[in-house]
Amino acid sequence: MALPWIILFSPLISVLLILFVTKSSRTLSSYISVAAVLVSFFASVIVFLRPDPTTPNQFLWLDFDVLQVPIGVTIDQLSKAMLLVVTTVGALVHIFSLGYMAEDEGKSRYFAGLSLFMFSMLGIVLANNFVMMFIFWELVGVSSYILIGHWFTKNSAAAAANKAFISNRLGDFGFMLGILMVWAASGSVEFAKVSQSWHGLHLSPLYLATAAILVFCGAVGKSAQFPLHVWLPDAMEGPTPVSALIHAATMVAAGVYMLCRVFFLVEESPEAQNVIAWIGTITAVGAALMATQQNDIKRILAYSTLSQLGYMVLAVGLTGHDAAMFHLFTHAFFKALLFLGSGAVIYAMHHEQDIWKMGALQKKMPITFGTFLVATLALTGCPGLSGFFSKETILGVAYDHNRIIFWFALGTAFLTAFYMFRLVTVVFFAPGKSDHASHAHEVPSVMTIPLVILGVLSVIGGYRLFAERFLNLPPESGFGLVTLLAIAAFAIGAVAAFVLYNGKKQDPISIPLFANKFYIDEAYAFLIKWTQDLLACYAAWFDKWVLDFGIVRWVFAGGTYSIGLVLRFLQIGNLQAYAFIFGAGVIAIIYYILFIVKP
Amino acid sequence: MGVTLNDYLLVSGLLFTIGFGGVLLRRNIIIIFMCLELMLNAANLSLVAFSRFNLGTDGLPNYNGQILVFFIITVAAAEVAVGLAIIVALYRARQTTHVEDINSLKF
Repeated sequence: MALPWIILFSPLISVLLILFVTKSSRTLSSYISVAAVLVSFFASVIVFLRPDPTTPNQFLWLDFDVLQVPIGVTIDQLSKAMLLVVTTVGALVHIFSLGYMAEDEGKSRYFAGLSLFMFSMLGIVLANNFVMMFIFWELVGVSSYILIGHWFTKNSAAAAANKAFISNRLGDFGFMLGILMVWAASGSVEFAKVSQSWHGLHLSPLYLATAAILVFCGAVGKSAQFPLHVWLPDAMEGPTPVSALIHAATMVAAGVYMLCRVFFLVEESPEAQNVIAWIGTITAVGAALMATQQNDIKRILAYSTLSQLGYMVLAVGLTGHDAAMFHLFTHAFFKALLFLGSGAVIYAMHHEQDIWKMGALQKKMPITFGTFLVATLALTGCPGLSGFFSKETILGVAYDHNRIIFWFALGTAFLTAFYMFRLVTVVFFAPGKSDHASHAHEVPSVMTIPLVILGVLSVIGGYRLFAERFLNLPPESGFGLVTLLAIAAFAIGAVAAFVLYNGKKQDPISIPLFANKFYIDEAYAFLIKWTQDLLACYAAWFDKWVLDFGIVRWVFAGGTYSIGLVLRFLQIGNLQAYAFIFGAGVIAIIYYILFIVKP
Repeated sequence: MGVTLNDYLLVSGLLFTIGFGGVLLRRNIIIIFMCLELMLNAANLSLVAFSRFNLGTDGLPNYNGQILVFFIITVAAAEVAVGLAIIVALYRARQTTHVEDINSLKF
């Protein structure tokens, strides 16, 4: 019974220790944080190996008559798999950070942030009710803010942290409304109770759809779906291990996890499923198109994450939540590996992130290159690697439910192969284009070991033998048209990119629309500028003419002045007249009390 | 047929009326001041009278009224000290103690 709580609170204890005790000792802080995540990891393994508990593990936290909020843990197959993903990737990222952040001034703050993130993320995974999940949902937002803004002296990092937090808040507001709607209809916030009663409530389709879509809003913010996807690429301002942990493997997948956890809401509303599926499709295709024209290694990976998250969301929308969880599971490993690999490249290149300044790194950094290539093949869906299986499952779901979405998804698979091999070709094969590239060398083993472990997981993660120990897998579809098309998309994309980019010193293609992310940021800036300017303009007018001129000058100043104009005639300067008025007043009061009020 | 409470109250009311009339009608500020004192003493008289004629179950008068009289006397003494000082200062400034000459504080 106590183990889930150990998993949850060990990172929190690490945060408190670092903040209040070891803040000045950077090395000690980092070791405390790593130890905490390892404790969580081993506890998760034990929880995973044990059978699911049958009695609920919770205590009542808030108790009003109409609203009872417990704090408790859910241990089922879904949360156990997610626990393992989060703690495994978390532990590897912590270890990688020991190398990557070795020289950083704010190392204590960084590791405290990582631990806080682990605490919040594990809280989401373990939550057994909407309110608890929402609390931890906000906490991951805070820790993500802290970590994106780790190098806060850089303006762009501070701005990116703000952008991430504000975009997330927009989605979370919808999430909160959705929770309120669920509670209003069912009278409970516990997943177990709501999922049992939800179908029997016979709510109107509009109510069901609104509630499901509002809850989905939370996932739109956290999983960076269109139209709130803009924060994720900017979040790459944070340290690269943070990008690997938070903005690739775990936090952004929390939205998908949440959708699977509350799938009973989505299940009841075909309209909401449609919305979710199309949002996912738009994100998947749009982000893949944007990724083809980016030049920053981390941004390419960020758009790739967006696109893959879109894949998972569209699978949820097509009621393939098992497929979505499968892809989440495999994606967590190879995307974390890609980010850590890019972190190693950036580290070796002395914090250069432009891919056109890199090149010819495959001989200088063989381990990084090897693992990066494995992750790329897994992501792009090379047969035999994990991504191939999960992606094919999603394609199969799409093929069965919605052919239009299937073709979009297939196009995304092609684009994924294209932009990933563009990245690999330019960074590792093309001739070196700068001094840093020619002097780069392999990173220390504290960084390569996590890469290798994640590489192994990226290979085996997709095999049924391995994955079905952790997940409810959808039934196997067998070799068919979908498989052929998926392999074709991979092969065409990969070959096209290699042919097009091999040996090139600059981008042979230029599509400003994609390079500028469809001008969505600009459109938002324009929109905000205009709405804000209009509002400010109106507020200024209101302040100047209604408040200052109308109310303050005329009502208050004018009223006071005119009353004074009348009352000044009482001030005649004759002492005895004052005494007379005073005496008359006293007599009037006595008369009033004796004859009118009557004691 | 002794002296009753009403007799005392009548005297007290007369004193108060004389004092208040003096405050309203006299011109000399020192006389006005004395009339004010007269009003205070009218109040004192009625308080003592009430005390004397309001016996408790043990046959003793209610001393609250008499204690209040001491307070009034004390406050009056303090007021005289301040008031006379103001009058002296006023006379030094204006060379007059007549209230109709002191009327510059108006709109």
